[in-house]
Amino acid sequence: MSSELNERSVDDARPPRGGDRAQYGVCAFLALLGTAVIVDGLGIAHVTSSTDPVGPRAVPVLLGVLLLVVAVVYAVDVARGGHGEPEAGEDVDLSMGSDWRTVLMLIAAFVVNAVLIEPLGWVISGTLLFWGTAFALGNRHYVRNLLIAVTLSLTTFYAFAIGLGVNLPAGVLQGIL
Amino acid sequence: MDNLNNLMQGFADVMDPMNLLLALIGVLVGTAVGVLPGIGPAMTVALLLPITYGMEPVQAFIMFAGIFYGGMYGGSTTSILLNTPGESSSVVTAIEGNKMAKAGRAAQALATAAIGSFVAGTIGTLLLVLVTPIVVDFAVSLGAPDYFALMLLSFIAVTSVLGSSRVRGLISLLLGLTIGMVGIDAVSGQQRLTLGIPQLADGIDVVVVAVGIFAVGEALWVAAHLRRRPAEIIPVGRPWMGKKDWKRSWKPWLRGTAYGFPFGALPAGGAEIPTFLSYATEKRLTKHPEEFGKGAIEGVAGPEAANNASAAGTLVPMLALGLPTNATAAVMLAAFQGYGIQPGPLLFDREASLVWVLIASLFVGNLLLLLLNLPLAPAWAKLLRIPRPYLYAGILFFASMGAYAVNAQPLDLFVLLALGLLGFAMRRFGLPVLPLIVGVILGPRAELQGRRSLQLSGGELSGLVGGPVSYVVYTAILLVLVWPLIRRFVVRPLRERNA
Repeated sequence: MSSELNERSVDDARPPRGGDRAQYGVCAFLALLGTAVIVDGLGIAHVTSSTDPVGPRAVPVLLGVLLLVVAVVYAVDVARGGHGEPEAGEDVDLSMGSDWRTVLMLIAAFVVNAVLIEPLGWVISGTLLFWGTAFALGNRHYVRNLLIAVTLSLTTFYAFAIGLGVNLPAGVLQGIL
Repeated sequence: MDNLNNLMQGFADVMDPMNLLLALIGVLVGTAVGVLPGIGPAMTVALLLPITYGMEPVQAFIMFAGIFYGGMYGGSTTSILLNTPGESSSVVTAIEGNKMAKAGRAAQALATAAIGSFVAGTIGTLLLVLVTPIVVDFAVSLGAPDYFALMLLSFIAVTSVLGSSRVRGLISLLLGLTIGMVGIDAVSGQQRLTLGIPQLADGIDVVVVAVGIFAVGEALWVAAHLRRRPAEIIPVGRPWMGKKDWKRSWKPWLRGTAYGFPFGALPAGGAEIPTFLSYATEKRLTKHPEEFGKGAIEGVAGPEAANNASAAGTLVPMLALGLPTNATAAVMLAAFQGYGIQPGPLLFDREASLVWVLIASLFVGNLLLLLLNLPLAPAWAKLLRIPRPYLYAGILFFASMGAYAVNAQPLDLFVLLALGLLGFAMRRFGLPVLPLIVGVILGPRAELQGRRSLQLSGGELSGLVGGPVSYVVYTAILLVLVWPLIRRFVVRPLRERNA
């Protein structure tokens, strides 16, 4: 609780980890985003009328400027040793570095689902998604996972798409399900 | 007594057997999902929102009320049994709750949390019935400048009151405002930040943002740091309390409620401050000071009641003004918008029956929660043992399903992934997520109100300062901004004296 309520300066008493330089990447991202928002904003036709004296450009430009300002303030904060606490949790072990291989496999499973959901339908793409993510997370019960994945996809399809009228595509299985 | 009649009508609607069944399913599913480790109340509501998409609004809101309270209770079960709260609002509950569980008093801790939540939720909902119409009467007279000022206050409050670093809160807010700007400008019809993609012209759906940031972001973040050895779970029997536990609990419940509701109802409130205040009060008033830090039941009863009462209080600004002050309310607001319903003072005129059904369902859901959870607690505790690969695979599975179901377009899945990666980065760099969600929801409306104010003044900035209300609100904003100074020179010395 105390680290939640106390100011950052107190947290800085923790042993430094050589500064968290990756935070400068966030500054760069914010600066880039700010520039993009301003450029996009200036590209909008400047339509003002008696009912809208401000027009659609003012707010994007203001927002872009604020993004640039906060990028600078954040950079100053980082330079002075500020760092955010990475989020902890029940299943989170922060003592080791990030496991990028798992994350990339998860993203791959996610993209497969996004690409295949319309042509093949939710039942097949959802099965691939669940099986793929369980595999990525280190579960090696291939057959059991396939059974769980198929059951889950079929159940959600019948319960939500057919039972509750939620939009889920049947895809190639149209007419069979 | 008009409201009482409306409320009775709301109860009559809920009492329909089919609707009661929906409320029951809502409570069950909400608790089951909320108990799962890593899933806080807001994520529970966001993940379960798609279930209601095919329903009529009345049915959807009945189920929703159940999910809302179920998710809240599930979260406190997790924090007591695992000592790792899903949301900042249950941090305080975990302090004594987990100590009690470790000392073999898990059943009593869960019981005082469940009964305290029921007491606080019922009183809180009653206060909601009494207070909201007053706020609505007052809100009807508000003009565009007042609303603009109130939204500004919400922005400032979520970025600087809640959370540890203002810069990081502000970054999160600005990211949210940027996401909220994508789409067609409501006033001039011009496209902004759509990158020429036609599907983005309608903007990015708030549900997709919430699911992406909460669910996908969390799953990716945990996957990158998955603890290979599961955390230790304390076995629990059926929750019960002895006579002494009741005697020690009932006053903290009421005091916690008294702290929680007003803080929740303020546009700059939240659950962190009242739960902490409740803990500090109980610690001071207890007859068993030696037990604090080792598992004192008062330290669970008070904060848990404060947490629930604050959640009920949050619904006052959400329904009456359309202002969400915590993540769960923000997702609920998104649910309203999904049905084309805009919360605000007119809601009680236009959708009166719907609002009263929702409020009646809150009472019913709260009661069902108590009846179900006392006997079912051992079963919920088993859910904590679910193998982690299945848990996070399931989260991604349901997140994808929900995000696709919003508009039935695959592009949303890529947007969801992008937002999930943003959520990942925010967790990595310790950026709070609440300001982002509030920015996405309120950003477009703040712009609308701001431009409306300037329309009245012909573009003069003086148009932003309206009547007495906006003066009051701007004063409040000023107070919020100097709050850190007050905290430094008044609150901290006080706390140090207590510690």
